[in-house]
Amino acid sequence: MNESTPLVRVRGLVKEHGDGESWVRAVDDVDLEVPQGQTVAVMGPSGCGKSTLLHLLGGLERPTSGEIWVAGRRTDGLSERALARLRRRSIGFVFQAFHLVDELTAAENVELPALLAGRSPRAARRRADVLLEQVELADRARHLPSELSGGQRQRVAIARALANEPQVVLADEPTGNLDSAATLDVLRIFADLRATGQTLVVVTHDERVAATADRLISMRDGMFVDDTQLAGTGTGRLGGLVGLEG
Amino acid sequence: MQDAVLAMLAKEPSHGYELRARLRRSLGPFGEPMNPGQIYVTLARLEKAGLVVCERSDAEKPDRKVYAVTPAGQERVAAWLTEVGWPKPDLVEFHLKLVAAAASRLADPVELVAAQRRELLRTLREAQQSALSEPPGSPATALLEGVVLRLQADLRWLDACERGYSRRRDESEDA
Repeated sequence: MNESTPLVRVRGLVKEHGDGESWVRAVDDVDLEVPQGQTVAVMGPSGCGKSTLLHLLGGLERPTSGEIWVAGRRTDGLSERALARLRRRSIGFVFQAFHLVDELTAAENVELPALLAGRSPRAARRRADVLLEQVELADRARHLPSELSGGQRQRVAIARALANEPQVVLADEPTGNLDSAATLDVLRIFADLRATGQTLVVVTHDERVAATADRLISMRDGMFVDDTQLAGTGTGRLGGLVGLEG
Repeated sequence: MQDAVLAMLAKEPSHGYELRARLRRSLGPFGEPMNPGQIYVTLARLEKAGLVVCERSDAEKPDRKVYAVTPAGQERVAAWLTEVGWPKPDLVEFHLKLVAAAASRLADPVELVAAQRRELLRTLREAQQSALSEPPGSPATALLEGVVLRLQADLRWLDACERGYSRRRDESEDA
């Protein structure tokens, strides 16, 4: 894949749910290109289709019509098996509710995706050590999820999402269950990921999460209504907000 | 500014440059653009008002005056610390802009909201980045958190404005 090929590309994407009275078009003819290394936030009210969009990008749901390309490969028509493989190898997921395996320790949760992808237990363990260090939880490696705070659990989930060095990380309301301090920890990790060139698409209600992205997309009724570059466009107005200007 | 400088001086008699350094530490990124002369102008005004006195000049550095709070200054500090005034957010202008846009049809209020949201998000991004780059334990973190929370509140207000005006737009299209 050459550098100018977007890492994620979507054309005419449509997703319809239900029928009769309950029929909705959750995603309505969306086009999107995410270049390698970009962080994109998608915001919008509940039910605007942003989570469905993320599920489509990650191959968790199949579109009604349209094309999805991830890392130069068309994914919307893949077999279940090929799709599962793609999710394991190329995509890292972070969910609002963490979705850790309760019976496994933090380290074992992080090792799991690497083991499922066929890596040796030793390589999986080494990778988990590095990742838990990166999210500052090396000292909690042997704890069960139930022994961790919400913020710590989400950091384990982020480490797990990175286990197989995914080409893109997809995060669905990653701070939805977190308090302010834990949110800041997650934002700090996202900022580090961004600095390392990790491509990231995050769906969020939280303006703070959205504001850390390079680019912000606003969704209403399944469609994009705004697409804004936030990076490198400082307003220089902070001083005015604390009463120090002029 | 006068009250803040006076209150900082209440800790102990200090040189102007010490006060300035403490002020800058407390303000973090907001302290950087502060004019170095500002503190001396403020101290001179406070001295004139009888709220501080110039105790002595440092024997080795006679150009460096040491200032101390007078009893009147102490009283003023105590009053300032317990006063419950609060800066008023200025929402009226933007609100009237939306009202005028909707009434005159010279601009789409929903578009105005979107433009304002982009602007606030860029500012929020700056505040967020400053907050993340402050060293642990920096007193300025609390100030940056305040900025972030106010911007979030403003962004939520914009969402509410958008809902109101898009509903009205839908209704007038249906009519």
